[in-house]
Amino acid sequence: MRYLPLTDTDRRAMLGAIGVDSIDDLFVDVPESARRDGLVDLPTHAGEMEVERTLSALAAKNLSPSVAPCFLGAGAYRHHIPASVDHLIQRSEFLTAYTPYQPEISQGTLQVLFEFQTQVAAITGMEVANASMYDGATGCAEAVMMAHRITKRRKSVLSGSLHPHYRDATETLVQFTNFEMQSAPVDADGTEDLAALIDKDTACVVVQNPTFFGHVRDLTALADACHRAGALLVAVVTEVVSLGAITSPGEMGADIVVAEGQSIGVPLSFGGPYVGLLATRQKYIRQMPGRLCGETVDQDGRRGYVLTLSAREQHIRREKATSNICTNSGLCALAFCIHLTLLGEAGFSRLAELNHAAAATLADKLAAVPGVTLVNDSFFNEFTLRLPKPAAEVVEALSAQGILGGVPVSRLLPDDPAMADLLLVAATETNTEAEMDRLVAALTEVL
Amino acid sequence: MSGTKFTEDHEWISVDGDVGTVGISDYAQEQLGDVVFVELPEVGRQLEKGGEAAVVESVKAASEIYAPASGEVTEINDSLEDAPATVNQSPFGDGWFFKIKLSDPDELDALMDEAAYKSFVEGLE
Amino acid sequence: MAGNAKQTHSGHRGLDMDEPLIFEQDAPGRTGVDLAEPPAVQDRLGGLARRGPVGLPGLSEPQVVRHFARLSRMNYAIDTGLYPLGSCTMKHNPRLNEKVARLPGLGDLHPMQPEETVQGAFELIDTLAHWIKTLTGMPAVAMSPAAGAHGELCGLMCIRAAHEAKGNPRARVLVPESAHGTNPATAAMCGYTVDAIPADDRGRVDLAAFEAKLGDDVAGVMLTNPNTCGLFENDIVKVADRIHEIGGYFYADGANFNAIVGRVRPGDLGIDAMHLNLHKTFSTPHGGGGPGSGPVVLSEALAPYAPVPFVVHGPDGFRLAEHAGGDAAKTFGRMKGFHGQMGMFIRALSYMLSHGSDGLRQVAEDAVLNANYVLARLQDVMSPAYPGPCMHEVLFDDHFLKDTGVSTLDFAKAMIDEGYHPMTVYFPLIVHGAMLVEPTETESKDSVDRFIDSLRYLAEKAKSGDTAFFEQAPELTPRRRLDETRAARSPVLRWQPPPAADAAE
Repeated sequence: MRYLPLTDTDRRAMLGAIGVDSIDDLFVDVPESARRDGLVDLPTHAGEMEVERTLSALAAKNLSPSVAPCFLGAGAYRHHIPASVDHLIQRSEFLTAYTPYQPEISQGTLQVLFEFQTQVAAITGMEVANASMYDGATGCAEAVMMAHRITKRRKSVLSGSLHPHYRDATETLVQFTNFEMQSAPVDADGTEDLAALIDKDTACVVVQNPTFFGHVRDLTALADACHRAGALLVAVVTEVVSLGAITSPGEMGADIVVAEGQSIGVPLSFGGPYVGLLATRQKYIRQMPGRLCGETVDQDGRRGYVLTLSAREQHIRREKATSNICTNSGLCALAFCIHLTLLGEAGFSRLAELNHAAAATLADKLAAVPGVTLVNDSFFNEFTLRLPKPAAEVVEALSAQGILGGVPVSRLLPDDPAMADLLLVAATETNTEAEMDRLVAALTEVL
Repeated sequence: MSGTKFTEDHEWISVDGDVGTVGISDYAQEQLGDVVFVELPEVGRQLEKGGEAAVVESVKAASEIYAPASGEVTEINDSLEDAPATVNQSPFGDGWFFKIKLSDPDELDALMDEAAYKSFVEGLE
Repeated sequence: MAGNAKQTHSGHRGLDMDEPLIFEQDAPGRTGVDLAEPPAVQDRLGGLARRGPVGLPGLSEPQVVRHFARLSRMNYAIDTGLYPLGSCTMKHNPRLNEKVARLPGLGDLHPMQPEETVQGAFELIDTLAHWIKTLTGMPAVAMSPAAGAHGELCGLMCIRAAHEAKGNPRARVLVPESAHGTNPATAAMCGYTVDAIPADDRGRVDLAAFEAKLGDDVAGVMLTNPNTCGLFENDIVKVADRIHEIGGYFYADGANFNAIVGRVRPGDLGIDAMHLNLHKTFSTPHGGGGPGSGPVVLSEALAPYAPVPFVVHGPDGFRLAEHAGGDAAKTFGRMKGFHGQMGMFIRALSYMLSHGSDGLRQVAEDAVLNANYVLARLQDVMSPAYPGPCMHEVLFDDHFLKDTGVSTLDFAKAMIDEGYHPMTVYFPLIVHGAMLVEPTETESKDSVDRFIDSLRYLAEKAKSGDTAFFEQAPELTPRRRLDETRAARSPVLRWQPPPAADAAE
């Protein structure tokens, strides 16, 4: 077995040193009723070639977005990842290190986290950020719980154009606490009035920008309304590349920003692992969930980094911790940090421009297809179309032609008949004009 | 320190009239190590004897501070926010946490005096 | 300054390169990507186009590659050395797993693709679920939790949902004092009061104390097995029986499954729920703090409450149950975006297929053998907290350092200069100055012997009275001991432009 270095000679010698006859003597504490002599009913070991063959066969049963034109978004976006990102995250010292509990021999990971936190704060327009959450949806739930701790109020208002997974995850994760979630009705056209739902018990209003349906919204008035009522504004971003083109939530008055960082450096990987970003104002740092990296000096006075404010966390605070999170998305945060470093100020803006231009081009082409209407006045790289028939059927017909043509809103909101004909379409820098024309032609044919 | 009373959780309370000043003992600050943050109750909050009143954090630990007696918080030591090290340097002086208006001064009778606390701590070591 | 550390002009020390922050290497306009000129289009941003700069530095690709390559060299890693961090299972991470996770058709799948275009992905998840259920002897598994703590939350939410379905959520969850902090934190997130159970003098749950805490308000018990002292809870079947007698459920923390995989099925011990850390037992890389993956096996009683989404066998292939209702009539809800940590599923399945049923059983045996060998060879110079045999990790306390002036922390830091990552220290909390050593099965006997020899040397050096040697450690690292008090008292959590640069703007 290639991963096991002990030989039978070693094993005999070690059992002798321990002073027992057989390995079974080391399992004597296992109740007899639970001891198993034989092997479990699964295949025995296999070589690299066989394992790779098995997994390649599974891969071959899927339609790869590297082959099929892909216009899917809805919270996960296909972007180009520079070659050096995947090389660097596979450096042994990053890939196979644990959480940096011993800072003297973890300065690499720690400095990366410090840079990551600074980058996240910069793009969201906030003062500080943590070292990552599992993903955007769980980050959203954590932000709501954080707002409750800060305001000591019990109610949260969730926008009707919040990604349904974020809404569901937030409602699920807080359901056994004292917090109450008020979800606004689904808002496909971006006209909801959330300020009207704020009252003296409101801890926070959670709003996504661009919305789940793609609208770009000015959050300034809503932030003011929240602050007048003593509530916080939680802004959710599911497509971080938009922050290269749009005024940041921080500039519009958000108190906590939660984002899905997948678009920068992290492969689609069928929905995970991704990387949740959580940023806020300095005054709220002790109410933040998750790990934080801070600057300090070593005993020789040299600058260095450590995990800090740990007294918030479960390993010290146990049942009074700000969250139960332990392992986060370290390696995805590293990929994010490397990709965003490669982009830099100029590349990040340019990438955002390219995405917006691709979506604007595609929106115009699709809106010209007979029977199709563009729902959005504004959008970044994703928009909603109203089709003359159920979007789920259209998407199936397109995939039969080898095109991943969009996400039917009904897949995420199946119970609302008003959603049936709505299709979410995303375009990124990866989509060529030829792909767009293929989608337009196929859609015209299918409708 | 003669009028000062102690709890088994290492809080002290020193009474002047009907107002008690609360902090943590020298033993407690020693056990915690370098104090990095103190979370204090709001002025006006009603505390129950034995209820959670404040939190003191060091790098590796966080401890609840329980009210040694019941009453309303009348004043808190704001200076600890910027200078938490004061708790280590002067636990019985400038490192006090908050003051309460005692609602039942008789509650203090159940607490240890300095001599009793001293032998209590010796028993822990 | 450290004794004889040589000072250099550059700040570098041979191969040990000092590296400034990316923000300190900025040149405006410079970039590490070449992106095409965007076509001119009418702005559809609703009047919200960004007005000012973001504040990101400009670096070219060679600078970026060198920056992160240099930073990587400041890390200790399992690839470069034995990493005996107890309860973390730092085993070898096979590169085959990395390769297959990147296959087109797996690594590049979009989570919202039509179901008929991702049948292979569903089959992969279903196959992994089959392996997990078979290895644990449990009838169901929830695959979506993102990490161990998220899995605990999944299990406890199932337990709470099951109680609520019977009309009473109950109030208390029993958790041993030796538990990981995530256990009480999770119970609290489910609205439960945590009631701590003490350990007995054998490092196991005190059965009498546990029984005394039982009552009809107890929702369940959370027990790590093997426990955080590295010991098998030999009363575990009694714990299961007692908690079931009062109508409660048994949550097992499976962080230490590596000790028993292929040899013991937790289902045979009477558990109702248990998470597996794919990033521990099944070798997906820790990546400096994640990502993890925490599937949760469930008993028949809890399975109906499992979170969405999950893969369902349909007449025409696999489907995904994504919403409450239908196959998920009683689900407690959704725990995260999309479907789970697919990238970790691929790696874990690759690992399982590689080992097979025979190899996985050998994993447990070699892990336990290595730990007991460490115990056997160190028990005369260090102080085991409990007599053996231990399971996959061995716990020492600081008795052997008594009156030496050397603390557990000092001892750990001295190990760093010896070229070893320290063991887990000061955990579990029930043992004074705890040192929890988990060598794992992927260390050779030679490697374990060299590690033991270093620990013996350090233990004897501590007893010889050379306190300064320990207090000064580590001296040979990119940084020496860091001032954590300063970091926490005046938190600096991000880089800020120097004031002088501000004035120049």
